Amino acid sequence: MSAAPDHDENHPHDLAHHFDTHRQQFDAGKLGMWIFLVTEILLFSGLFCAYVIYRANHPEIFIYAHQFLDKNLGALNTAVLIFSSLTMAWAVRAAQLEQKRALVRLLSITLACGFVFLGVKAVEYHHKWHDGLLWASQYNPKHHDSAEHNEAGHGAESDGEGLHGEEPKNVGLFFSIYFMMTGLHAVHVIAGMGAIAWVLNRARKGHFNRRYFGPVDFVGLYWHLVDLIWIYLFPLLYLIH
Amino acid sequence: MVDFAVGTLSDLSRMALLAQSDGGSFWLPPPESVSSWAVDNVFYYILYLSYFFFALIFAVLVLFVVRYRRRPGVEAVKTATHSTLLEAVWSLIPLGLVIIMFYAGFVGYVELRSPPEQAYEILVTARKWSWQFTYPDGTMATDLHVPVGEPVRLVMSSEDVIHSLSIPAFRVKMDVVPGRYTRTWFQAKQPGKFDLYCTEYCGTGHSDMLASVVVHQREAFDAWLVEAGDILGNSATPVEAGEKLFRLHGCGSCHSTDGTPRIGPTLKGIFGETHRFSDGSSLAVDENYVRQSINEPGAKIREGYKNQMPTYKGRLSNDEITALIQYLKSLDGG
Amino acid sequence: MATTVDGKTADFPTDRGPLNYLNCDRGILSWAFTLDHKRIGLMYLISIMASLGLGGLFAMLIRVELAHSGQQIVDENTYNQLFTLHGAIMVFLFILPGIPAALGNFVLPIMLGAKDVAFPRLNLASYHLWVIGALFFLLALVTGGLDTGWTLYVPYAFQTDTRVLTAGVGAFILGFSSIFTGINFVATIHTLRPPGMTWFKMPLFLWALYATAIIQVLATPVLGITLLLLAAELVLGIGIFDPTKGGDPILFQHFFWFYSHPAVYIMILPAMGIMSEVIPTFSRKHIFGYRFIAYSSVAIALLGFLVWGHHMFVSSQSSLASTIFSLLTFSVSIPSAIKVFNWLATMYKGSIALDTPMLYALSFILLFGIGGLTGLFLATLSTDVQLHDTYFVVAHFHYTMVGGTLIAFMAGLHYWWPKITGRMYNEFWGRLCSIGVFAGFNLTFFPQFVMGSRGMPRRYHDFPEKFEIFHFLSSIGAFLMGLAMLGVLIYLLYSLFKGRRAPANPWGSATLEWQCSSPPPKENFAETPSVSDPYDYDHIKYDPEKNCYYRVN
Repeated sequence: MSAAPDHDENHPHDLAHHFDTHRQQFDAGKLGMWIFLVTEILLFSGLFCAYVIYRANHPEIFIYAHQFLDKNLGALNTAVLIFSSLTMAWAVRAAQLEQKRALVRLLSITLACGFVFLGVKAVEYHHKWHDGLLWASQYNPKHHDSAEHNEAGHGAESDGEGLHGEEPKNVGLFFSIYFMMTGLHAVHVIAGMGAIAWVLNRARKGHFNRRYFGPVDFVGLYWHLVDLIWIYLFPLLYLIH
Repeated sequence: MVDFAVGTLSDLSRMALLAQSDGGSFWLPPPESVSSWAVDNVFYYILYLSYFFFALIFAVLVLFVVRYRRRPGVEAVKTATHSTLLEAVWSLIPLGLVIIMFYAGFVGYVELRSPPEQAYEILVTARKWSWQFTYPDGTMATDLHVPVGEPVRLVMSSEDVIHSLSIPAFRVKMDVVPGRYTRTWFQAKQPGKFDLYCTEYCGTGHSDMLASVVVHQREAFDAWLVEAGDILGNSATPVEAGEKLFRLHGCGSCHSTDGTPRIGPTLKGIFGETHRFSDGSSLAVDENYVRQSINEPGAKIREGYKNQMPTYKGRLSNDEITALIQYLKSLDGG
Repeated sequence: MATTVDGKTADFPTDRGPLNYLNCDRGILSWAFTLDHKRIGLMYLISIMASLGLGGLFAMLIRVELAHSGQQIVDENTYNQLFTLHGAIMVFLFILPGIPAALGNFVLPIMLGAKDVAFPRLNLASYHLWVIGALFFLLALVTGGLDTGWTLYVPYAFQTDTRVLTAGVGAFILGFSSIFTGINFVATIHTLRPPGMTWFKMPLFLWALYATAIIQVLATPVLGITLLLLAAELVLGIGIFDPTKGGDPILFQHFFWFYSHPAVYIMILPAMGIMSEVIPTFSRKHIFGYRFIAYSSVAIALLGFLVWGHHMFVSSQSSLASTIFSLLTFSVSIPSAIKVFNWLATMYKGSIALDTPMLYALSFILLFGIGGLTGLFLATLSTDVQLHDTYFVVAHFHYTMVGGTLIAFMAGLHYWWPKITGRMYNEFWGRLCSIGVFAGFNLTFFPQFVMGSRGMPRRYHDFPEKFEIFHFLSSIGAFLMGLAMLGVLIYLLYSLFKGRRAPANPWGSATLEWQCSSPPPKENFAETPSVSDPYDYDHIKYDPEKNCYYRVN
């Protein structure tokens, strides 16, 4: 990789100059990646804390407002991401076994899943935008429209006209948290897709072998984390009772 | 250079003397509230421990440096590189001492945070950059007047940013937060006048956000309350009453009376001017316009300013607004 | 390539000297895009010292303004900008990266016996991000300043007209820079130790950097999310911290201090690490209680996460929370006290040389001692009510951050200066200035304790007459200290051109970085260094002819 020019000849080209063995290089990279993932979790944990505090103090806002989120689209995205985790894990295995064609295909599928996820997210955001269901300062709901894509299940709980129950104060805060959490997550999905595209390109050039497959493994770890965060976001935001 | 050093030394000794000239100790102002012990006792406990430990560290350090200074031919002597017993001793002794510290501080904190049931309650409103104290009968003041020997509870809120009310002589400090009420209390020991500071940074006028605490005997306090409550009746002229109201309601925080624009436009010499508004219209300033601006500040926004003034509808009577208008008229452009 | 130093063949580079990391490649690009940890460390060193100069200039202006009551040189708004920028620059650009990213980057791999950090490109990225973050701070400075205090408390930060967003973006980027350094150090210490370098054979500076890196990694992301929420409020108005939209401004303080309290341990732990190197070396004694010091670094790092609420005893957080935070805060005081006693015990029956690094180390013990003892007043619930947000707090944290971290940084800078630059500075001026810094510092900040406990609030542009004498003395002290620091700058710069060539081991230290030449060759060691107890001075002998030390095996 980043070889020094005055590099001795029996030092392999895919082993950085300051490492003695591939094993050492891989271990360092893996440890570094895990620490980075810890920082990512802590980044999100700030938002989870904000979520917990506001939900504890104002449960009525969350119970009221979550009805405007589309459970089906959320579930679809969950399935897409879980599937992409499978293909990503499989890709790591393929890299270890030097199955170049399988590696390229699996990475491509994972990348495609990322696009599907973002597409669904864009549809959801578009609906929120259209209905004025935005963060606190822009929260300006158009109730008439929003009823259309509100799933039927909740209608039974409320009586007649007040489909969503009495609107509590400061509902915009829920959408602030919703957009911060899903927005930050979407940024991470995009970053993950960039990393996958980079690994995909290197895979096509045949950079990986059974001694050197670290980048695939590390990007895989990152992608699993992105999935994992979504698996928490989905019930916390969409499935509130 | 020598003069400078001598001067500095004499300043240092003046610091020691001056610090005690107000009847307090070198470290703390005189204790003027019945709860002062809650701070002072544990303060001196920690202080004397600190003197002791600092003296110990200093003495050992100087002793070692002098005694074991590097000399030719003298090598360092090998001593134990660790001693579990010694290290346990110098961990456990400080541990015991800080546990006492924690407990004493906790007891004091409970005292400072627990007002007696029967306390005289005063509402405190903080805003950039003035204090407003409201008494049970509706009287308002910019200084805090309290009766001696009675517990006083302050219920505080802020209109804009976070402030903090601090009365060092009473060992009182509590943040004043927008969107919630905070409480603190004290009971003054003797009549007198004490400093009140804002101790949470709040912008331009932070260091001017001062007030006095005036402690009266009960009869004098009652008399003060009556006088302060009737601003219109106790002022010689409507202009004087208007000036008092202007200060009391903190108008000067946003509106200057000397021609400089602040958050809001200046109020100097506005009568006779024609004002342009953000919707493009304009109007010559008269009494009705001023009254409307006080009651419905958003109705007409001066060009170049934002709509951020709170309404005073219901907080000022008609007579009071009239007095304010008279005061504003007195601020002529000359 | 470069010669190594072992046995009595300790070499003196002649004339231009052999190839080393400074002269092996030439041209500005060979610096700006270098992957060598030593060059990155040196660039960091220059950058943070420039920040120190700028922050110090603001400090001087503050002390001029406060020399007397009434307005002296600047109005309130300018003054508010001065103390904000002084704090923000000193905290984010100087103290946080100071010891780890500058001295740590240079020393860590060499001390460990490695060729580089685990991720050299990440290391370079960390420096580049630091530069970008610093540029954002400068941008905020020239486009309208910042007047929120470095703490950026809301809702004030939402209402000011100054450049909160620009500075926030800068701090966010600097946070990434700090995280990258942390990841690098943890991975390096875990995976790049050579054979023989077990955990308990590591010099204590490495333990300190390791503990620091853990905090950098675990705390900084929370600053990141806090700044993101702050930025989202400024740009979009999400209302999470804004009481006018139903949000909670106290939540911001919790988030902010969840990062910023551990951050003070990012500042002080590496400083303690330097003490654990300098004091044994200049006493020629094995460090006393190695394991206790090593464990106490990790203990401080972990306990440091549980005490943030002690910044909020009067903020309206619940009394129960305050009580718990007070108790936990005391738990951090014990490991710090242990270290001070251990350093003193190390000096017992030693052979103590009062060279410049050691003078700074002794200053550290005394000043950090005062800083730590005065911290007890602030950890105690009831006394904190009196002292919170007064000059007592200002004096306390300057005794720990300046009397602690800056003094330790000076100790480390003088200690490793020969290794970094290959030159010796003038010892007389070094000692004189270190005494000047010590005297000036105490004169500046000791009076602040007294006026603080007597009620003088912090961040005041003006003050009542009764505090005049304290402020005046403080200003005189600040100038004395500023003068001494200027002296340091002058003799250090002079040494670069006229200083004596530094031998490999001028102080008689036993750690590995003194086994390679001064300055070190590009890959640190031409031959694998021999690892032994880092505090065993039996093998280090003095050569009076060459005025340096050499190793006998």
